[in-house]
Amino acid sequence: MNDSDPAVVDRCTSIGEESPAKEITPEASAECALHAERVSRLIGGRLVLDGVTVAPRPGETVGLLGPNGSGKSTLLRLLAGVLAPSAGVVTLDGRPLGRTARRAAARRIAAVEQNAHTQTELTVRDVVALGRIPHRRAWTPMSTADLGAVTAALERTGLTGMADRSWHTLSGGERQRAQIARALAQEPSELLLDEPTNHLDIQYQLDLMELVAGLPVTTVIAMHDLNLAAMYCDRLLVLRDGRAVAEGTPSEVLTPSLIEEVYGVRAEVASGPGGPVIRFLRSPAGREGQEAG
Amino acid sequence: MSIAVAVTIGPADITTVEVWRSVSARLGFGDSPLSPLREGIVWNLRMPRTLLAAVCGAGLALCGAVMQSLLRNPLADPFVLGVSSGASTGAVAVIVLGWGGGVVSLSAGAFAGAVLSFGMVVLLAHSLGASMDRVVLSGVAAMQLFAALTSFIVLTSADAETTRGVLFWLLGSLSGAGWADVVLCAAVLAGVLAVCLAHTTTLDAFAFGEEAAANLGVRVARARLLLLTATALLTAALVSSAGAIGFVGLVLPHAVRALTGSAHARLLPVTVLSGAVFLVWVDTVARTALDPQEIPVGVVTSLIGVPAFIAVLYRARRKT
Repeated sequence: MNDSDPAVVDRCTSIGEESPAKEITPEASAECALHAERVSRLIGGRLVLDGVTVAPRPGETVGLLGPNGSGKSTLLRLLAGVLAPSAGVVTLDGRPLGRTARRAAARRIAAVEQNAHTQTELTVRDVVALGRIPHRRAWTPMSTADLGAVTAALERTGLTGMADRSWHTLSGGERQRAQIARALAQEPSELLLDEPTNHLDIQYQLDLMELVAGLPVTTVIAMHDLNLAAMYCDRLLVLRDGRAVAEGTPSEVLTPSLIEEVYGVRAEVASGPGGPVIRFLRSPAGREGQEAG
Repeated sequence: MSIAVAVTIGPADITTVEVWRSVSARLGFGDSPLSPLREGIVWNLRMPRTLLAAVCGAGLALCGAVMQSLLRNPLADPFVLGVSSGASTGAVAVIVLGWGGGVVSLSAGAFAGAVLSFGMVVLLAHSLGASMDRVVLSGVAAMQLFAALTSFIVLTSADAETTRGVLFWLLGSLSGAGWADVVLCAAVLAGVLAVCLAHTTTLDAFAFGEEAAANLGVRVARARLLLLTATALLTAALVSSAGAIGFVGLVLPHAVRALTGSAHARLLPVTVLSGAVFLVWVDTVARTALDPQEIPVGVVTSLIGVPAFIAVLYRARRKT
């Protein structure tokens, strides 16, 4: 397995700041980077993902929306290559991910799981340094390039000041940032995030999304908050019961009818300067109940 | 250094200098100052025993450190895969039931039992889905089964004298150490240590679980099988030479972690060294404290180790 087939890499590069500028030709972009083609996945005999296609363009932020159990996390795990599709194929640079060496894949794709948890005593710097593992050789300490990547990732996520703090003393938002810093230390071209804003105060949600949207990598991010998705994502893919039901820009996708169809709630959608703004409406039954009481 | 000093401690009075000169005489430098009898004590009794203590301490501590990281379980120890109870059953079958007709040695019986038990754990864990939890649960199941078998054999077939011998062995003892044990265990330790040191970053990657490790480019199933098999093999070799010496593998890695941090590139070498030094001294205490009676080394490891461990935990806590 060779991850650096020069012909492919040359034609296909994320719009990373660090990476040398290369032209992305339209015909090459089709096979560029990460691409899931009609992927399905059975888990415990149940079809949790059914023929979903997703092909993020280099550098863009794609939001995955859908209720709990709609298959968002499963799709992210397929894209990361830690789960194999039951049908369909995920390709990285045109090559099936299942036939790409794990280490080589981890130098391109970084994933941040929900609820990262450890019992090991680690500092923030230790956690971020984990991201260098796919780049390191056995029997050798961290190289200057490794240390540089860790420092840069801490800097980028605003964690430099707390690099020596214990992971276990961090708040939820700080842990998410540390995991994102770890992912950045992998120096990936593709970043996969599974509901990174869950359980965070609103200020940290906005901070985190600002950070993610500003990163020079292709990002696929599973989300619950439709307004955050509308604010920060270039494109959205909406899943329901494992199937893709809508795809496009936030203003194309987030319509009252789609929200009602997918989430079963009524909403008004106003078009704001930074994308659509969604306001949920109380159900008629609920309002009647309140009036009666 | 500890080894040299420990060799000198014992009923027959031999100094460190004499030991060094005896060693250099064997290596071809000068003449040994010791009489043949005292030479015999050093080379046939104390030296292999002390070296085996060092190798066992190093090996058990290494296995413990690796298993705790790999299984993400602070209570994991070299015996959690059922290896030691399997070894005990094998040894007891040889001692008590006379299986192997006197041809198969106790060590070989113990080793066969260990391999059998580990094989059962791997098969069971694999058929249950091979997650780390399943490995631990399968190990606990195997441990219970083989412990029951051992008790059954001892209770139904052994006389009082044999029972006492078996018990001594179950608690761990270095008293039967010979050069063959030392060479075998040292060779296995060297091989397994090399494998583990080549996988230090892999072990680091397991900090946030198997999926996180896979996301960091680790081939999880392969790494798990390789490292578990290596540590099981080492445990089997150690247990078949010295019995089930508890505590070292369970607690020592935690104490070292509190001092070195969790990065395995530093943790593993320090764990190995401190395991070796620790067990050398503990065995020295075990064979001299109640002279001429000997205490099983496993008993002393816990008596000395637990207070030491608590002290380390307290100090580590004050630091943070």
